[in-house]
Amino acid sequence: MSNVLQRELERLKKMILAVCAVVEENVGRSVRAIETRDRELARRVIESDKEIDRTEVDVEEECLKVLALHQPVASDLRFIVAVLKINSDLERIGDLAVNIAERAEALASRERIRAPIDVVAMSEKARAMLRKSLDALVTLDPKLAREVGAHDDEVDAMNRENFAKIQQEIRADLVDLDSLLQFLSVSRYLERIADHASNIAEDVVYLTEGNIVRHKGSAS
Amino acid sequence: MEPKLETRGLNLHYGAFQALRDVSLSIRPRAITSIIGPSGCGKSTLLRCFNRMNELIEGVRIDGQILLDGADIHDPATPLTELRRRVGMVFQRPNPFPLSVFDNVAFGRRVHGMDRSGDLAEVVEKSLRATHLWDDLKDRLGMSALDLSPEQQQRLCISRLVAVEPEVLLMDEPCSALDPIATGHIEELMFALAKDYTIVIVTHNMQQAARVSTETAFMLLGDRVEFGRTVDIFERPKDKRTEEYVTGRYG
Repeated sequence: MSNVLQRELERLKKMILAVCAVVEENVGRSVRAIETRDRELARRVIESDKEIDRTEVDVEEECLKVLALHQPVASDLRFIVAVLKINSDLERIGDLAVNIAERAEALASRERIRAPIDVVAMSEKARAMLRKSLDALVTLDPKLAREVGAHDDEVDAMNRENFAKIQQEIRADLVDLDSLLQFLSVSRYLERIADHASNIAEDVVYLTEGNIVRHKGSAS
Repeated sequence: MEPKLETRGLNLHYGAFQALRDVSLSIRPRAITSIIGPSGCGKSTLLRCFNRMNELIEGVRIDGQILLDGADIHDPATPLTELRRRVGMVFQRPNPFPLSVFDNVAFGRRVHGMDRSGDLAEVVEKSLRATHLWDDLKDRLGMSALDLSPEQQQRLCISRLVAVEPEVLLMDEPCSALDPIATGHIEELMFALAKDYTIVIVTHNMQQAARVSTETAFMLLGDRVEFGRTVDIFERPKDKRTEEYVTGRYG
């Protein structure tokens, strides 16, 4: 019985890691689409999200099947619970990549303005958090996972700064209002991506140590 | 909270074989504690220590302490019959005596000379009610206990214990001879009994341990490897060996 369960868990791990790869790539591509105003790239992000949505359901069904048929306990149980939660965080990150891609499409249809905020710097931070949390998941490293939470404050601060900058630009000149609002949304979406990356890292801590570190100020 | 039962540095040898190694354990009153572990880990031996049943086996040597309400059960001041009245055992296979339902339940009171105090019929009724057998059997108290279903027989054995007003119920795989429905009924009964009695259950069925007990001890090769809240043992065990056993990776 245990070998069957181990095989199911391995399969599940492969499934979730495959989703990780697609989601991570989509976040990268959506930001690149903003930078380059690449409508085609944005469309590809939006298109491939359907696959993420389908896999999310598959992963969830697989988790429910393992719970129902094998009644896992201890680290196996924690793995399933963590995968269920990480699965839904990944799906949300996928959606946020779509949202960013939609902003890229909107920006591409307008006259190009100078970016009021440093989207690249912010996205690099958010993506680094995402990568780190996924690496922590792959290597089951709680230490690495705990590092992610600390960066979340930095991304939050960037989002606040971006808000202030865009507010200032709008006050100065209303001509570029529509484009500026697109950038405001992008900043907000990146901040949300960082939040989901933090959630994933917290789930990795639970998975590896059995401690729920959510809502404790930071993940340390 | 003072433990109801406690072992301190308990060692037990069957001849040259050491079955328990320095086992220390505190069992909470009016709760269900389960002892799990693979065959031969010493869990049934430990259970049998609590009412000194191992001493019936030749060549057994025990050292360390076993305390019931803080008093050493090996103290000569505690008569063995009194200990076994206070600490009763439910076995794997229901073992009703080839007597009527009534006489089975009354048996212990007669043995312990308790039948002179109060109304025996009243005690029998109360004991059968405690295991939810009364409504089914009240009109058939004279029938042979051997004609009952396995589940009813196990309930009857528990009634027989309850009749002598014990404090601790030891259960050695009490459901292994029962089907899942009867198992569910006995587990329900255990919950009800835990309001009045301290229950220690030995089980191979880990899901049963997870379902019924508030605390769980995991034993391996005579060692008490880990002891703690059942939810911790099954969600986040501390010891790698516990983890391997409960997840089925052991052996």
